Amino acid sequence: MKALSMNAHQSLAIGQPIAPPEAISPAATASDAMVRFEAISKTYPAYRGKPGVNALENIDFAIPRGSITGVIGRSGAGKSSLVRLINGLEKPTTGRVIVDNRDISALAGRELRLAQRSIGMIFQHFNLLSSRTAADNIALPLEIAGWAKADIKARVAELLALVGIADKHDRYPSELSGGQKQRVGIARALATRPDVLLSDEATSALDPQTTRAILDLLANINRELGVTIVLITHEMSVVRQLAREVVVLDAGHVVESGHVADIFTHPKHPITQSFLAEVIGDSLPVSLASRIVAEPAAGGQAVIRVQVRGAGAGDTLVARLARELGLDVSLLSARIDEIGGQHVGSLTLGIPLGISGGEDAVTRTLAWLSQYQFPAERLGYVA
Amino acid sequence: MSPELINLIVQATFESLYMVGIAAALGTAFGLPLGVFLATSRKGELFAAPLVNRVLGIVVNATRSTPFIILVVAIIPFTRLIAGTSIGSTAAIVPLVIASTPFIARLVEAAIREVDGGLIETASSFGASPIQIVFKVLIPEALPGLLLALTLAVVSLLGYSAMVGAVGGGGLGDLGIRYGYQRFMPEMMLAVVVVLIALVQLVQSAGDYLARRVNRRLRHR
Repeated sequence: MKALSMNAHQSLAIGQPIAPPEAISPAATASDAMVRFEAISKTYPAYRGKPGVNALENIDFAIPRGSITGVIGRSGAGKSSLVRLINGLEKPTTGRVIVDNRDISALAGRELRLAQRSIGMIFQHFNLLSSRTAADNIALPLEIAGWAKADIKARVAELLALVGIADKHDRYPSELSGGQKQRVGIARALATRPDVLLSDEATSALDPQTTRAILDLLANINRELGVTIVLITHEMSVVRQLAREVVVLDAGHVVESGHVADIFTHPKHPITQSFLAEVIGDSLPVSLASRIVAEPAAGGQAVIRVQVRGAGAGDTLVARLARELGLDVSLLSARIDEIGGQHVGSLTLGIPLGISGGEDAVTRTLAWLSQYQFPAERLGYVA
Repeated sequence: MSPELINLIVQATFESLYMVGIAAALGTAFGLPLGVFLATSRKGELFAAPLVNRVLGIVVNATRSTPFIILVVAIIPFTRLIAGTSIGSTAAIVPLVIASTPFIARLVEAAIREVDGGLIETASSFGASPIQIVFKVLIPEALPGLLLALTLAVVSLLGYSAMVGAVGGGGLGDLGIRYGYQRFMPEMMLAVVVVLIALVQLVQSAGDYLARRVNRRLRHR
């Protein structure tokens, strides 16, 4: 416990993976799936003149036991409805939601409330009771579950230490920072020892540094306690940092799902590509972009952008290109990030033109890149 | 002022406190659950019963629209049924409770509706029953607002209690009318008003203090 709470305060170096990607089959079978959506649709009926909404349609996928699965989508994509189906806060219009081999969508009343104790949830705005101290907020689900006072006290102390705020025991939420409030939220969600932790935009109200610390804490909780984590987010950086599995939602449909590394090294759907662009960016530095012209000039360079996808893919590219083709390749701009242990990004290279503006070197470079299956495009020329 | 008159004022003050105290307690006992229900029974809410909500809302509004002095005389048979008599301080408590219950219910409803809906969802997410949500989330979170509502109700009851002289209810208002106005004793009128002002100040200050004490949203220490 102690080591875990210390760990949660350490900040990781940029780009360092939190956990190695594990070999989990994307097609999880019945027994190793923690959550399974079976032919789910969710329709909100027309109400007071507002038309009905199809929030979710034809949802079929599984969340592997012990995984950290990101569900990413723009606002209105159906993320919130999806996560609320898992803990029974909402019922599907059609289909079943199987959590830990039980059909939670079929439960109601007391049975549902008992099942909800094994599913924790954290929220964007923390949702702490302002009238209770940090310790009493964490105690709330235990009181509701009917724990004895002494047991609650011991468990709360344990949880405060786990999330690294043992000294905030008697503080009211109004006296805590955003990050500390979310730590209380996490401790509260874990109080009844759930198997699943649902995170609904839990870091969206936090600054980047606090976000990182909270995501580290969640990664540790997943590793140490084996809790399956489902992350709802609209931020690619959150998925990149924490998730190993990802589900991309758009307009109530799952458009892509699988390992984070696979999905984001070869994004197919435009939505996925736009999320990827948020992290790696596809714009050139202004000073370079302003110099690019359409016509080649003698003694100038052709500007070629190479997409880099895969483990260690870009490491030696420039060196090999220079050596094998004997060219003075210049690196004009580069942006490479790591997603799920895979390199994803782009290099912008300058290839020298002949004295009279000949493009021989450019042709050879493009052929070489295509031979090694690096997608490349010519952006123009610089003097 | 003669000792007899001072004695009258003291006695009337106790009558007022008796009527207002009991009426506030009973009004809260009925008004609090009614207010919580009104705040949680619309479509899609915790105790969803839209039709009952609508009907109760109409009854509450109707009671609140009836001028208090008319209510007092209109329900005399009911008062006699409950209190065994229709005159005196104890009998006066009946209309006071009937008038304050819907008033308190509306104030409670407003205070409960102020509680962030996200907290209800949160408590539901870890398996709290609707009753647990009321007692562990809604009422504690609304407590500052509820205390201010109760303060307002007590102050209003002090005003109402001045009218129950019409059915021999006694109290400060009755004393002011009978001695100050009808017997033309301005000093008696003044004394009654001063005591009432002091009482209202005292109740309001106590209510404000308690509401501030339990409010953890913003701490000024």
